[in-house]
Amino acid sequence: MGQGQRQRKDRRWTVAETVIEVKGLGRTFGNHRALDGVNLTLERGTVLGLVGQNGAGKTTLIKHLLGLLRAEEGTVRVFGKDPVADPPGVLSRIGYLSEEGDLPMWMKVEELVRYSAAFYPGWDQQYCDTLQKEFGLSSSAKLGSLSKGQRARAGLLVALAFRPELLLLDEPSSGLDPIVRRDILGAIIRTIADEGRTVLFSSHLLAEVEQVSDRVVMVQAGKVVLDEELADVKETHHRIEIAFEQAVAAPIIEGAFGWQCEGNRWTAICRADIEDIQLAVDKSGGRLIRTVGVSLDDIFMARSGSKLG
Amino acid sequence: MRLYISPTDGVPIYMQIIQQIRRGVATGELVPGEELPSIRALADQLVVNPNTVARAYRDLETAGVVTSSRGMGTYVADTNVKSVKSERKEVLTPTVDSLIVESRQLRVPLSEVIDLVKDRELAHGPRAEAEKGSEVDRG
Repeated sequence: MGQGQRQRKDRRWTVAETVIEVKGLGRTFGNHRALDGVNLTLERGTVLGLVGQNGAGKTTLIKHLLGLLRAEEGTVRVFGKDPVADPPGVLSRIGYLSEEGDLPMWMKVEELVRYSAAFYPGWDQQYCDTLQKEFGLSSSAKLGSLSKGQRARAGLLVALAFRPELLLLDEPSSGLDPIVRRDILGAIIRTIADEGRTVLFSSHLLAEVEQVSDRVVMVQAGKVVLDEELADVKETHHRIEIAFEQAVAAPIIEGAFGWQCEGNRWTAICRADIEDIQLAVDKSGGRLIRTVGVSLDDIFMARSGSKLG
Repeated sequence: MRLYISPTDGVPIYMQIIQQIRRGVATGELVPGEELPSIRALADQLVVNPNTVARAYRDLETAGVVTSSRGMGTYVADTNVKSVKSERKEVLTPTVDSLIVESRQLRVPLSEVIDLVKDRELAHGPRAEAEKGSEVDRG
């Protein structure tokens, strides 16, 4: 065990350490508002699922965290530092995997491992060997000749093998088969279980996000529209169905969004207590005929009017 | 006992774990003193966040369904026949609650709901001998 690892192990006992702090982040590309007033705080030991449609601003946000983009408006702090001002101080502590992998295709797996090991002070060769065996990656295989799934595993291998304090995964399972996706989810879980590290991953596969996240952040057109503990999301959101005597305009129910009408019935997703919903429905002259639990997919569709992925 | 998780269910995952373990205790599939998988092992098996499993175990411990001691694992609590009986009722409670909520929303009076339950009971045919006594046979 290297010294770096021992230091990190000690740190797990400190409480509620803030790993990421983004305040009022804004970004404009031409006349496209990519990020608008984004606030995000991520505490150590949390798995955060970042969801949103393509172009919603997920990747732009992640690029700011990596210091690949400078904050034009607002501030970005990772481990308390500005990632643009101190790239090695921040990047050497982040394991990063993007959808495309950004891997040098001409390298062999063993070359990629050697190259990465030299870059990260906390590199754990034993862990790397274990993972490589588990992923079935041959040392002499060229990255360019690997299948998409194996290439994703190679990217995951070098993102994990230095036991990063923060794992950033940008659409890691996009276009991959279920077995590779399970490996990626397994890696997220292991990262958290091993030493209470922190994970932020973006995905358009909401079922995956629901499976492994502690917290979910939903971005839409550059804005954060939902930021909540996942278990709370399911307890605070309900699908409601209201019947009226005749066709009426959408009723006013606080916390309701995504209204849809079918004849004399209105349905919506509502973020409120059932009792309060019942009171508001009674006031509207309608009859609450059903309240059911919702999935992230339901919330997302009601928010955006379209389906993800 | 094998647990199954449906991430897209409206029920939070930690709650699904709690419900299934409670049901396991109520049916006798999990016996007092039996060791549950470690947080890490169950998280790996279900591919869910270990924090989620930890929360489920914590709530189960608070409810007295399991006991755990630091670093020693989690065990099904020692329960007598009486508490297994009450555990069974507790497992049924959410189902009954949703029946009540739905019948209120549909404005069906309680007396009619109870009649309906009795009608459906008859429609399902006679109950097995073992169920009538409602005592647990752990043989």
